[in-house]
Amino acid sequence: MDHFINLTLNGLASGATYAALALSLVIIYQATRLVNFAQPALALIAVYTAYTVTQLTGSYWIGFAAALTAGLVSGALVERFIVRPIARTSQLNAIIVTLGLLLVIQGLVGVIWGNEQHGFGYAFSYVGRFSPANMFALVSVGAVALLLFALYRFTPLGLRMRAAAFHPEAARLSGVKVGLMLTAGWAIASGIGALAGMLAGPPFISPNVFDVVFVYGITAAVIGGLDNPFGAVLGGMLIGLGMSYVSGYAGPELATLTALAIVVVVLSVRPDGILSRPTARKV
Amino acid sequence: MTAQPLLSVEEVSASYGAVRALDGVSLTVPAKGVCAVLGANGAGKTTLLRTLTGLHPATSGRVLLDGEDITRLPAEKVITRGLAHVPEGGGVIVELTVEENLRLGGLWRSDRRDKSTLNEVLELFPPLAQRRGKSASTLSGGERQMLAIGRALMARPKVLLLDEPSLGLAPLITEQIFTLLRDLRDRTGLTVVLVEQNAAGALAVTDTGFVLNQGRVVAEGPSSDLLSDDRTRHAYLGF
Repeated sequence: MDHFINLTLNGLASGATYAALALSLVIIYQATRLVNFAQPALALIAVYTAYTVTQLTGSYWIGFAAALTAGLVSGALVERFIVRPIARTSQLNAIIVTLGLLLVIQGLVGVIWGNEQHGFGYAFSYVGRFSPANMFALVSVGAVALLLFALYRFTPLGLRMRAAAFHPEAARLSGVKVGLMLTAGWAIASGIGALAGMLAGPPFISPNVFDVVFVYGITAAVIGGLDNPFGAVLGGMLIGLGMSYVSGYAGPELATLTALAIVVVVLSVRPDGILSRPTARKV
Repeated sequence: MTAQPLLSVEEVSASYGAVRALDGVSLTVPAKGVCAVLGANGAGKTTLLRTLTGLHPATSGRVLLDGEDITRLPAEKVITRGLAHVPEGGGVIVELTVEENLRLGGLWRSDRRDKSTLNEVLELFPPLAQRRGKSASTLSGGERQMLAIGRALMARPKVLLLDEPSLGLAPLITEQIFTLLRDLRDRTGLTVVLVEQNAAGALAVTDTGFVLNQGRVVAEGPSSDLLSDDRTRHAYLGF
């Protein structure tokens, strides 16, 4: 029983990281119908920024703030100056460009910081049954999810963002600056991606550190339903728990296979993801 | 009476690539006027409205609202000048609740916290008041049209443009909506431009009418005259 509780808690903690990554993908997807493959690259910039700032200032938390800021800013810049001009011509081109951006940024990070691993300490200990690090992951992602929900549901900005995402033309006719809302969405998404990076990266960071985590993040987003933020959180938790149980009871070599199995099962029952909207839009 | 028209369209042209959709359209709408823009499919009615509100660029010509040139303003700015547009099908956002749709319409206003506009609109449309917390996807076609009009009214516009509000609605509901538009004009002085294929219905509730054909104004005048002018009716309005 003890073992089970341990696995559950660990699964929830790693699930929180996947959920955060999934959220960052879903926020952009529901606004633009575009999967942002550059998301791990933006998280990479954020984490390396944090690494440098932490080394310079000696404070993890100043570095942490720098990471979130770098995430917000890089997301906004990528949307405004790279994705938007291309998405005007073709949606598919924009998706391919985010893929290209991923490779370019990974390369650049290697050029600037080096391709070898850097040790990047964590503010919390990993030791213990439910370690402070796990606790922090769960609490911070939970807080972000709640804040995001409150933003969407209760603020004028959130209402504008939802209107711009669901029906850009009607939003414009109601006076919403749709372009600005897209930029805001990308900024918020990349800020959350940066948080995921700060949770998933340490203790060692390298230009490819997020490759595997990102696969689980995208898996979480797909099984939850790409256009539903709640689905992203649920999907992240499912993947986290599933992998934790299987690696605990059956062996860690089966963990990746578990993620694949979850995808196959979920998508064969609900092809659009667990919480996707069943309604098709009439055009 | 030669008062300055509230909305004045001067020689406006617009095209889709090589296809000319509007070819020097001019029309004027006086304050508190209710005016119909009629014509067959593809005559340019929808393009005209989209050009007026900045959803589609004009290649030449000017649009003046209350004397101000709004031709090049983007759509999200046009509404702040007092020109509201209810697009074809209403443009209700079904993923939002009824009240959220309504609130969205007045969100750009500095007095958006003031609940009086919302209450007035809800009073105007009792079915919306009953379902204000419900998802807009639960509304019927007529109720959606009400919601679309209500959302436009939340902006307290000077001029309301409506693109085929009767589309897909039962005749009785259409009549209700037309009557409501007239009442609004009588009570609040709202100016209405009604784009319609349902020419007979539209001419019955409007003061003046314009008939578009292939991007040009081919007939205009008091609605009653257009109704009784057999040649125009047969040639362009099909009844």
